[in-house]
Amino acid sequence: MTVLSDMPSSTLVIAPLLVPLLAGILLLLFRARELGGRRAFSQVAVVVQIGLALGLLAATQRGDILTYSLGDWPAPYGIVLVADRLAAWLLLITSLVAGFALWQACQGLDRAGRHFHVLFQLQLFGLNGAFLTGDLFNLFVFFEVLLIASYGLALHGGGQARTRAGLHYMVVNLAGSALFLIAAGLIYGLFGTLNLAHLAQLLTTVPVDNLGPARAALLLLLGVFALKAALLPLYLWLPATYASAIAPVAALFAIMTKVGAYAILRVSTLLLGPPAGELAGLYEGWLLPLALATLVVGMLGALAARSLGRQAAYLVIASVGTLMIAFGLGGREALATGLYYLPHSTLSAAAFFLLAGVITAGRGPVGDHFRPGPDVPHAPLVGALFFLCAILLAGLPPLSGFLGKFLLLRAALDHPGWPWILAMILMASLLGLIALARSGSLLFFRSAAVAGERRPAQTGERRALLPAAALLLLTLGLTLWAGEWLEWTTAIADELLQPRNYIQAVLGGTP
Amino acid sequence: MEILLSLAIGVLTACGVYLLLRAQTFPVVLGLTLLSYAVNLFLFASGRLVEGRPPIIAAGQTGYADPLPQALVLTAIVIGFAMTAFVIMLALKARAELGSDEVDAQGEPHGDPTGEERP
Repeated sequence: MTVLSDMPSSTLVIAPLLVPLLAGILLLLFRARELGGRRAFSQVAVVVQIGLALGLLAATQRGDILTYSLGDWPAPYGIVLVADRLAAWLLLITSLVAGFALWQACQGLDRAGRHFHVLFQLQLFGLNGAFLTGDLFNLFVFFEVLLIASYGLALHGGGQARTRAGLHYMVVNLAGSALFLIAAGLIYGLFGTLNLAHLAQLLTTVPVDNLGPARAALLLLLGVFALKAALLPLYLWLPATYASAIAPVAALFAIMTKVGAYAILRVSTLLLGPPAGELAGLYEGWLLPLALATLVVGMLGALAARSLGRQAAYLVIASVGTLMIAFGLGGREALATGLYYLPHSTLSAAAFFLLAGVITAGRGPVGDHFRPGPDVPHAPLVGALFFLCAILLAGLPPLSGFLGKFLLLRAALDHPGWPWILAMILMASLLGLIALARSGSLLFFRSAAVAGERRPAQTGERRALLPAAALLLLTLGLTLWAGEWLEWTTAIADELLQPRNYIQAVLGGTP
Repeated sequence: MEILLSLAIGVLTACGVYLLLRAQTFPVVLGLTLLSYAVNLFLFASGRLVEGRPPIIAAGQTGYADPLPQALVLTAIVIGFAMTAFVIMLALKARAELGSDEVDAQGEPHGDPTGEERP
């Protein structure tokens, strides 16, 4: 008890893990018929998590790095949770996306499986844990937690397409997990620690003999994280999985690729900064070209997609590409831009998935295929929201997508290969614009040309648009107060580029 | 002992990867299992191989067996076991729903409205 009263800030670090875990376990106790109770409980848990994330954001605002040692074991020996500005920022984005996804799910889609809310909370447990953990092995454990929950969520609703996509998704990720363990074993064998802060210290003095294996281990890690983030050669699992999942689940999955991006960012700034000597900047040479290629391939995929869900999935891949370009460029400005682009891309992709769900439901037998079909109920309203989403995702002025892309282009000017980077980003934007214009006109204009039976508009369907609309409103906030948010993300970037504070906060007085 | 262990890890990994690349779900599941065995052995070896040493440092004791990799292996085994159970269930479900144990089975032509449009 004294520990609790002495250090309220460190209990704030573990609370985002305890809340979804306990909520998930308690949700198991509800009886099958008590859907209303489960919904309310799950929603309350997510709201509490939003509050906790805001609390952490406030607590880390002045540059304090909060740590929590489990069982009070001192840092390099015990398990440690670390909350810095970056972790708090990602926790907030996760809980917000989760809130809106859950809102949509509670309008009826959660009926299809009894344990939807349990899996949803455990998925949040895994996500929060991955952002907060301070050592590599627990990163693996939390990856597994979020993955096993996501397997269940991806299959929610059943059906052949989901089973097939789910099987691929699971096998690919299990192979990825095996690679992660090999990398972790290699790192433990070389350095005798898995604590990230301790590793950062040890990486400054790597004996020449160990440089090769260390490089191999770190690049294996990059491969694993790239798989989770869906970078270019490793993105093939994503489109089918995201396109076949139900809309709220796909919206929540929009944050999952960001876990991989977060892990890459954390490792490349904390472990592979300038103090790492020979190993410094190990990821940079790989990230930028792969990210550029991912962006172009994502947009080409969006252009070639034959259904709305698949197009949204490819747009997620393209947004990962944009994000990784920012992280690959690496400077203070580029990182700040990337961290501003991250919530924008996550929120707008989630909104797009939610909207796609409404459109799919509204078009009846045609579903989300790009074929002329019956009018969507409330077509003008849905169309307006779709238009807003398209502007955000294609990066057209005046919304946050444009700001993010503009800042990214400005940050890229310092890079020696800037003409290539600029050309590829702008070309990808054009491709995205064409893709979205094509799908929008197909869905909303060509529909009238077909004498499809028009379903009578129901009041419930207007309500189904609320979560997507609210998410879009949030991205408007991101646009209107862009200056303040950029200041905040610049502060995050500053903290990331000074890993000394992180190491000191975790290891404290230990040598 | 080092050569024997590294050979075992190498052969298990090779078999695992080979089976993982098969087109039927059963070999794929088997491949994943072999791969996880190899990974567990590898993790175990990351604490160096020692014989007959205690895992706890005591006065007058020279050398000890690193207990941390053993804890890691235990965690990895538990997670691997759960994942294997899940993937087997999923493979059975896929076999039942798609009517084939091909990894890329297309299923019944008009069975599912949410399915992708087929070429």
